[in-house]
Amino acid sequence: MSERLSILKTYKLYVGGKFPRSESGRVYEVTDSKGNWLANAPLASRKDARDAVTAARKAFGGWSGATAYNRGQILYRIAEMLEGRRDQFAAEVASAEGLSASKAVALVNTAIDRWVWYAGWSDKIAQIAGSANPVAGPYFNLSTPEPTGVVALIAPQDSSFLGLISVLAPAIVTGNTTVVVAAERAPLPALSLAEVLATSDLPGGVVNILSGRTPELATPLAAHQDVNAIDLAGADPALATDLETAAADNLKRVVRPHPVDWRTDPGTDRLLSFLETKTVWHPMGV
Amino acid sequence: MPTTVPAYGKEAAERLASMADVTATDSALRRFLHGLPGVDAVGLQARAATLGTRSIKTTAKAYAIDLAISMIDLTTLEGADTPGKVRALCAKGINPDPTDRTVPEVAAICVYGDMVATAKEALRGSGLQVAAVATAFPSGRAALPVKLADTRDAVAAGADEIDMVIDRGAFLSGRYLEVFEEIRHVKEACVRPDGSAAHLKVIFETGELQTYDNVRRASWLAMLAGADFIKTSTGKVSVNATPPVTLVLLEAVRDFRAATGVQVGVKPAGGIRTSKDAIKYLVMVNETLGEEWLTADWFRFGASSLLNDLLMQRQKLSTGRYSGPDYVTVD
Repeated sequence: MSERLSILKTYKLYVGGKFPRSESGRVYEVTDSKGNWLANAPLASRKDARDAVTAARKAFGGWSGATAYNRGQILYRIAEMLEGRRDQFAAEVASAEGLSASKAVALVNTAIDRWVWYAGWSDKIAQIAGSANPVAGPYFNLSTPEPTGVVALIAPQDSSFLGLISVLAPAIVTGNTTVVVAAERAPLPALSLAEVLATSDLPGGVVNILSGRTPELATPLAAHQDVNAIDLAGADPALATDLETAAADNLKRVVRPHPVDWRTDPGTDRLLSFLETKTVWHPMGV
Repeated sequence: MPTTVPAYGKEAAERLASMADVTATDSALRRFLHGLPGVDAVGLQARAATLGTRSIKTTAKAYAIDLAISMIDLTTLEGADTPGKVRALCAKGINPDPTDRTVPEVAAICVYGDMVATAKEALRGSGLQVAAVATAFPSGRAALPVKLADTRDAVAAGADEIDMVIDRGAFLSGRYLEVFEEIRHVKEACVRPDGSAAHLKVIFETGELQTYDNVRRASWLAMLAGADFIKTSTGKVSVNATPPVTLVLLEAVRDFRAATGVQVGVKPAGGIRTSKDAIKYLVMVNETLGEEWLTADWFRFGASSLLNDLLMQRQKLSTGRYSGPDYVTVD
């Protein structure tokens, strides 16, 4: 019997629940940490970024309006799917970051556990970010956290999977929709994550994943008038300054980059970064 | 080629009178319409698709966007229309982007007949026209006297343009002369007491005409009957204006001018929502009819949500930042 031919995977973008190629038709070579070719990834353009924002905006109403319980369930479902494809992610992380197999497995395990941890926050975030306020009048006065809107995430460059999940999960669990710019040199785990998201009840458009040159994609996203917040985790200091300036025009919420050890307990900072507080005065029954 | 005269002028009527032999009887009209060359559907679609691939950039794009804005018949045709909504739409038509005074005003506001007075009042002092849909829009299913009364009401209320629908039932069953006479009667009903007349747009509802050949026949039929504009659709059925169908209309208008010298306008309506689509139509007009038609006098878009997309594209061109729905009005 002859040897089987290897079947190479075509990595694609993830926009609005679909897997398009880049509008520009471009791709770029992705290599492992030693410079060996792994795959061609789509080199997304600013028009892909624009389309991704449109898709995210379209999905926002449904996702932010879903019950917290439902969002938590869907996120947990994603963790189940991730668990089933652990080996694939471990292999991709190992080649992307030059890790040993056992270290890569440990990293993927941490990432899945973190996803589950964030999934649990969906119906608990209101308890820590909301309050019942005492006021001098016959009113119930309640403050509740609401999602900010469309969030652009510049995924960390140094941690292609755990880092990505650590910025993505907290943004969507509270009801935001997102446009993710995957790590430039190691986008494959992010592009494979899209396949998991597409098969786990997450509505299309809640997460949109782009691969390409970080400055080329991040710049139009930071300037985009219909993006409400941006997480600069994967931007280098010079780029981050430019992006912050661009983001100031429509008063985006900005999370500045700072060194993080992604393996440690993340705390609630990122959960609380993309929330707005809504306060309601309700007359008390007499 | 005969010299060109506008369809709404006196000379146009004389030119059409010279064609009276083809419209004298039902059988003559049928012979003429069925004698028109058939449409090569595959070629037509390929041609329309090719014209949709032009890349229009920078200054040309900016020009096209402003031109498209100035050609819009900003439309609200809902059962739920209120005077307040019509006034809001008029305000938007006069000044589409309150943050940028360089944006041109739209061509017209298109409403139901009973809203004409409201729109006319709201548009006083501006250059915008009021277009009213009439003749039992959108189905066209009413007796002729009812349709004519509908038209006269709208004209009396001050409508500058009348958008009539043809009786598709009569057209599809081959009673061409009936459709012809109906258009003639409505055209007469458009005349005001002072002798001037509201411009008449004839809607074919191409989504219900089944074939491109029928669309070509309907175009000629309406132009022979004295239409000032021919319009694809009502926007009320599932298939509205498409590039191939609009191309058939444009070619019919081109051929009609070559034959009679009468210039007729074209209005695709329904389903045109993005700037990209609008620019494709402008390319098609330029390539088929030429620059003479690239004004709001001879080409219109029947649209409502298109305007917001054009404004967002305009903001992108002027600021370099992608805009969003938060920066245009909700309507």
